[in-house]
Amino acid sequence: MIAKSKIVLLVALIASCVISRFSKSINPYHLDIIIAIGINITLAVSLNLINGYTGQFSLGHAGFMAVGGYTAAVVTTTFGAKLLPLLGGTENIFAKEVLFLIALFTGGIFAAIAGVLVGAPSLRLKGDYLAIVTLGFGEIIRVLLQNTETVGASRGLTGIPSYTNLFWTFGVAAITVYIVVSLVQSTYGRGFVAVRDDEVAAEAIGINTTRYKIIAFVIGAFFAGIAGGLYGHFKQYLNPEGFGFMRSIEIVVMVILGGMGNTLGVIIAAILLTVLPEVLRPVAEYRMIIYSLLLIMLMLTRPQGLFTWRKKSKPALSA
Amino acid sequence: MSDASPAPLLQLKQCTIRFGGLTAVSTFDLQINENELVGLIGPNGAGKTTVFNLITGVYRPTEGEIFFNGKSIVGIKPNGIAECGIARTFQNIRLFPSLSVFDNVRVAFHLHLSCGVRQALWRGKAFFIEEKTVDAQVVEMLEIFGLGKFRDVPAKSLPYGDQRRLEIVRALATKPKLLCLDEPAAGMNPTEKVELMRLIRFVREKFQISILLVEHDMKVVMGICQRIAVLDYGIKIAESTPEEIQKNPKVIEAYLGSEN
Amino acid sequence: MIEFLQQLINGLSLGAIYALIALGYTMVYGVLRFINFAHSDIFMLGAFGGFYLAPRLEKIVHLPSFFGATVVMILAMAICAIVGMVIERLAYRPLRKSSKLTVLITAIGVSLFLEYSGQKFFGADPKYFPELIVDTPVLDSAGLTMGKNQLIVLAVTIFLLIALQIVVLKTKIGTAMRAVSFDAQAASLMGINVNTVISFTFGLGSALAGAGGILYAMNYPSIDPLMGVMPGLKAFVAAVLGGIGNIPGAASGGLIIGVVETFVGGSAMSTYRDAIAFAILILILLFKPSGILGKTQIEKV
Repeated sequence: MIAKSKIVLLVALIASCVISRFSKSINPYHLDIIIAIGINITLAVSLNLINGYTGQFSLGHAGFMAVGGYTAAVVTTTFGAKLLPLLGGTENIFAKEVLFLIALFTGGIFAAIAGVLVGAPSLRLKGDYLAIVTLGFGEIIRVLLQNTETVGASRGLTGIPSYTNLFWTFGVAAITVYIVVSLVQSTYGRGFVAVRDDEVAAEAIGINTTRYKIIAFVIGAFFAGIAGGLYGHFKQYLNPEGFGFMRSIEIVVMVILGGMGNTLGVIIAAILLTVLPEVLRPVAEYRMIIYSLLLIMLMLTRPQGLFTWRKKSKPALSA
Repeated sequence: MSDASPAPLLQLKQCTIRFGGLTAVSTFDLQINENELVGLIGPNGAGKTTVFNLITGVYRPTEGEIFFNGKSIVGIKPNGIAECGIARTFQNIRLFPSLSVFDNVRVAFHLHLSCGVRQALWRGKAFFIEEKTVDAQVVEMLEIFGLGKFRDVPAKSLPYGDQRRLEIVRALATKPKLLCLDEPAAGMNPTEKVELMRLIRFVREKFQISILLVEHDMKVVMGICQRIAVLDYGIKIAESTPEEIQKNPKVIEAYLGSEN
Repeated sequence: MIEFLQQLINGLSLGAIYALIALGYTMVYGVLRFINFAHSDIFMLGAFGGFYLAPRLEKIVHLPSFFGATVVMILAMAICAIVGMVIERLAYRPLRKSSKLTVLITAIGVSLFLEYSGQKFFGADPKYFPELIVDTPVLDSAGLTMGKNQLIVLAVTIFLLIALQIVVLKTKIGTAMRAVSFDAQAASLMGINVNTVISFTFGLGSALAGAGGILYAMNYPSIDPLMGVMPGLKAFVAAVLGGIGNIPGAASGGLIIGVVETFVGGSAMSTYRDAIAFAILILILLFKPSGILGKTQIEKV
């Protein structure tokens, strides 16, 4: 008897593989948006574990994305030439996929390490202080990258191979959702929400709040890193500027809009907020002004998110 | 030490705690044995909550020792204290507001889980068996305490008395040997207080655990405690049975004096 | 040695501006326990206020001149005070009872709104700030230089600091401010109108930021809608360094950050200048979150 959730995951992976085959017949402009949606889903759901479920207000998620993205890019560009022959040859498709897997995974690991480095010291801080410190870490990562010559510094890293496709994007998104939801809904995982709701009470029932927070940061950062790797091999170019405070805020807004701790809501919000800039293209000049006004309006009227509702029975994807 | 009497469950020896220049509790001795119901009372500001926090790991004594099951628990953080087998409730009820009644109790079972992150993600057979077992135990506990019908209700929407009960159930889910109740009767009307007394007696009988009760309400304390310790200005001024405490002149003076 | 003193002069001058901005952060945090993310953009509005006012008042007050500069500054401060109070009334007051994070996000939204609106309506490209005072050197010997504008920054800052201390310590509203920052509930029970005090605090802090904007623009005449981001951040670090909620702390913190930044900027690590501020912030929050002059807060169980 295999868990229902694992079957769903498997179906999702197979589906994204199949659809990926047909990606040539999709309008390239639309394809770009769909891939962006997939990457944003991964980013938002991974951040939701840290911010939404565990209540740790992290404003530096873009930093993890940058670490993962750059690491993955370095693996494929610098080490790709050496690794491909070992995996089956430079023209072998299978070899390229495996290389990409290695690159993404390595990016995730490095991002996870960054997650520990950021999460561990931040643990004693609450609310706005935690937000500021994570923001600071994100900016430090950005500045460090801007000063690292080997990855192109502020000129950016070019020549990244185009490995990202629908299969990888939505495969990763599906795995991220599976992992976050499976974890949080288990008895062990209820501890994350307990930490968010009341740390003192959580400690009183034996929950090691420090450990839970670090786990949240590690897993969240890991998937943000993989999303970064996907992003780098999608745009084929990486620049530290694109991983600043603003990027982190965009992801945070998706989590808030969706409802902190509401995975389904966050996924919908990620889709909406990826599509919104495209929809607002006619008024592109006012786009960011509208965006910021929407943010203010949202906080004033519905801070719990657009998709949080009171349910009677135990919901499938909410906290 | 006599061989005939069993080792105490909880033992505080000459505990003193100072905050800066203020000595909140001084040379405090207390012993709680297995399956005992002990009360700790005293006028406002006597240091009851401080003693409570010393036992539950929130504070660290400046001097003195605390033993639980023969092992020193000084310096252990609150989550470690819970792991040792001491559970507590809070004066201002601290439930997990966004979790359902069911999940509030369920999350407390995590101390005795063998499945952690890895198993939760892999979702193999062992994981589901354990989840089912935990679920059954949660249902059973909720039923025992009459909260079964509320199982999927958000904890914060329960009536006050039920919230208090839920908090106790949650504490019991950690399978403690000592349950510490911090002013559980606070904010209750007389009917609810009688209910509470019944509840506490029931808990002790059914689960065969020790209970430390810090409480202001005399009726509740005198009604159920086997032994009562009295604090005044951080010092224990008396300790004996409810009947004797009620007649103890030092105790009366401490309360009357502070009533002025 | 000369080099050191020169950097010191430059650093103090810069630090004075950070101090003015930091005061706004610290005062608002004091009464509301809230970090006003949009404060840095009020600083920017002060500079732009001066930019648009100066040409219009040129003939009336005979710019460039000391008198003219004072008029422009006072008007810019007034505009900033009003904007600050409007923002508080519209965006923050309705959220008084909400979670801290909701207000934080709102503040970020306001900040972004001001920045992007500025880019749209002022134009994103840098503008040249008009000369309010002819900048002649007041000190130019033995290798040390100090411009008139630098001296003015220090003088005005000291003046405003003294004025602020008088307001906070000697006036009724200042005492009310201190009461509210100590215990808002108790203050309201004593008959203090907390809303009025909070509005006043925002107005005061914003006015100081506006002054900072004008002084900054006088010394670094290239202004743009995003000019507030970095100075605002550094001023925030300064406020935390000095102990958030603590007025002398904010002033000291500002000076320290200004001096440290100038020295780092002149050294080999200059490209890491921005990261240094963040690093200092993280170090303080990890090791002494109450800052140099602040006091620690304990949570009661």
